[in-house]
Amino acid sequence: MSLVTIIYGSLFYFATLILFAGIAYRIYEYATIPAPLKIPTPPAPKTKRGVAVRLFREVVFFESLFHSAKWTWLFGWLFHFALLLAFFRHLRYATDPVWFWVSWEIVQAAGHYAAYMMLLGLLGLLVRRIFVDRVRHISAPSDYLILFLIIGIALSGLLMKWYPTDIFALKQFILGLIYFNWSELPSDFMLLLHLGLVLLLMIIFPYSKLLHAPGLFFSPTRNQTDTARDSRHIADWARKLES
Amino acid sequence: MAVKEFEKPELKEYSDVPLLEKKATAHLAPFKSKEEFQSSLGYPGELVDNWQDAALDKMGDLLKKYRSLRVYLDSCIQCGACTDKCHYYLGTKDPSNMPVGRQNLLRSVYRRYFTLPGKYFPKLVGAVDLTKEVLDDWYSYYHQCSQCRRCAVFCPMGIDTAEISMAAREIMDSVGVGQKYCNEIIGKVHKIGNNLGLPEPALADTLEGLEEDVKDEIDIDVKYPLDQKDSDILLVTPSADFFAEPHVDGLIGYGKVFHQAGLSWTLSSHASEAANFGMFIGSYANMRKLAMRIREAALDLNVKRIVFGECGHAWRVAYSFLNTLAGPFDFLDPKYPVPQHICEVTYDLIQKNVLQFDKSANDDMVVTYHDSCNVARASNMGDVIGGQFTIPRDIIRATTNHFYDMDESTIKEKTFCCGGGGGLLTDDLMELRMKGALPRMEALKRVVDDYGVTHMAAICAICKSQFSKALGYYGFEIDQIISLHQLVGNALIMNKKEL
Ligand code: SF4
Ligand code: SF4
Repeated sequence: MSLVTIIYGSLFYFATLILFAGIAYRIYEYATIPAPLKIPTPPAPKTKRGVAVRLFREVVFFESLFHSAKWTWLFGWLFHFALLLAFFRHLRYATDPVWFWVSWEIVQAAGHYAAYMMLLGLLGLLVRRIFVDRVRHISAPSDYLILFLIIGIALSGLLMKWYPTDIFALKQFILGLIYFNWSELPSDFMLLLHLGLVLLLMIIFPYSKLLHAPGLFFSPTRNQTDTARDSRHIADWARKLES
Repeated sequence: MAVKEFEKPELKEYSDVPLLEKKATAHLAPFKSKEEFQSSLGYPGELVDNWQDAALDKMGDLLKKYRSLRVYLDSCIQCGACTDKCHYYLGTKDPSNMPVGRQNLLRSVYRRYFTLPGKYFPKLVGAVDLTKEVLDDWYSYYHQCSQCRRCAVFCPMGIDTAEISMAAREIMDSVGVGQKYCNEIIGKVHKIGNNLGLPEPALADTLEGLEEDVKDEIDIDVKYPLDQKDSDILLVTPSADFFAEPHVDGLIGYGKVFHQAGLSWTLSSHASEAANFGMFIGSYANMRKLAMRIREAALDLNVKRIVFGECGHAWRVAYSFLNTLAGPFDFLDPKYPVPQHICEVTYDLIQKNVLQFDKSANDDMVVTYHDSCNVARASNMGDVIGGQFTIPRDIIRATTNHFYDMDESTIKEKTFCCGGGGGLLTDDLMELRMKGALPRMEALKRVVDDYGVTHMAAICAICKSQFSKALGYYGFEIDQIISLHQLVGNALIMNKKEL
């Protein structure tokens, strides 16, 4: 077993652990911190079903962002949608036999073109960050680095079209990790770069603003029903004040 | 106090987003609270010695008590979508008045002490130490936020800067740095029952005077009862309604509505204040203590319903929090929501044809309506989605012939704050208040020019006071701001039936 395989294999386990345990822990934290008062913003739904619809529209269409900043919405939405398409395409490396719908031509092709879409979206966001004075002002180095990191992932993935690797061996490597039956990782530079950047992204996820993904579901302005007059909404720590 | 000299923003035909000017309003900070007001609220009288540790402890405490605070500090993607949404940024050009800029003042400290990357790579993630300079910035800029929540509507994550401002003020109070205006007022309510510090005899006098005025005007004995046990309705209204113009015209209007509908009602000297400044300083405990006075008054006076007068943040606390803070209100008549807004009461009576209007009584006015931020973005009316927008407008349409809305992007859930909310309605922040009023004034100017609008109605005591200043400052007449129930009172057809 090559050193590269051992390093990447171990890193994969490590990054997966950090990613899932980290997010699970954050979700646990968010779920257990009380929201002591009703603070939904309009149009505030009166029912749980209404909340589900609202969150769906936020997650799928970025509805609030659409109303507030059209360019950011366009680039941001392109990027996230492309990410989803690319994810679908990549499932062929981790499922055996490949899930039927993953092997559909359209899913594979969409996943491929998604790389361009993703780059377009990311570059748009980067340009906005650099050239709009208000956005430049709020940007910390990490805001640029995360953009560069994801641009790097998209670009190295796309470049593998011209610097191909042995995808059969790659799939064996991935399946080997999943089923604890390791096999060699092809040591092509572009592949190692691509995978390395993905691992880095997984590791920083629970410690960065990427937490916005679980965060949105716990945002009280968006996930609460507007029923304050109908029932009390009292947190445990607040109830203690009553005695 | 006169408005001090500062550069006056220009009212433009089309509002645009200004280029930022760093630290443009760093010099603005309200007077600090004195020891006596601090301690009456349970806070240290001056900056405590170990203030850094104490502040961080408090922050840690709040992070465990308020999901909003924790999730919002974590989830901002620094996308910038909110940067042009705050009236204070638009009016002052100071980037720390961009909602995300304001949040980052607290977030950078949160990152430094409560997150892994901030502990080890502070520069990378924009984390900073909690220094005296940072505390001073907090004091300035968290008192340049009216907690209007306009940013929260536009943020893709729903991040509500008001939650952050409230937490920051609570942290500052807990280390001995409080704001004079808010804390002095809260102290007065704890002690006397209202923001103005009006004791019961003065209140009774005022109401008597009011009855005489109304009698002189329409020759009908409309009552403005105080502490009348066993009334059906307890009316809780901002104390400004007792004195200030144009507030008092609203109070006159409520009285006429109750009179004409034959409802028995009373004010309370114990709960003679609808406003609840406890919210502004982010203090659950103080907010609850103030809210309890209303419960006590309702029990004491043995009423069946609680109705709130025209006040924005008071309605937020009433609608969204009162049940939680001071409930359950199972001793009241279950047929009515607790509490109700005076607009809901009037609207229902209009629907039932109990009230008739002669709209021509308001023909000297062409009216527009200012959605107060706390009504628009933090409450509801009528228990239908958007009722807080339609009910006041429907009342205006029922009582006037000439009504025009301002630009869509400046009303309803997108409404601009008057510039004086959130505990900033104090003379020591006049520059901020005038600059913050700019977006609303621009929107108003457009309907004045396009439709000949002469008056702007509002249902918030703070808005009314703030506009009385801002209108004059921007070249309008100060009496162009009116109470919504002034329109109602003017047009209501009264007959002489006695109760
Ligand atoms: S819109 Fe929301 S997520 Fe974007 S910068 Fe502002 S607060 Fe952060
Ligand atoms: S709550 Fe209102 S005043 Fe405060 S930052 Fe948001 S928009 Fe500005």
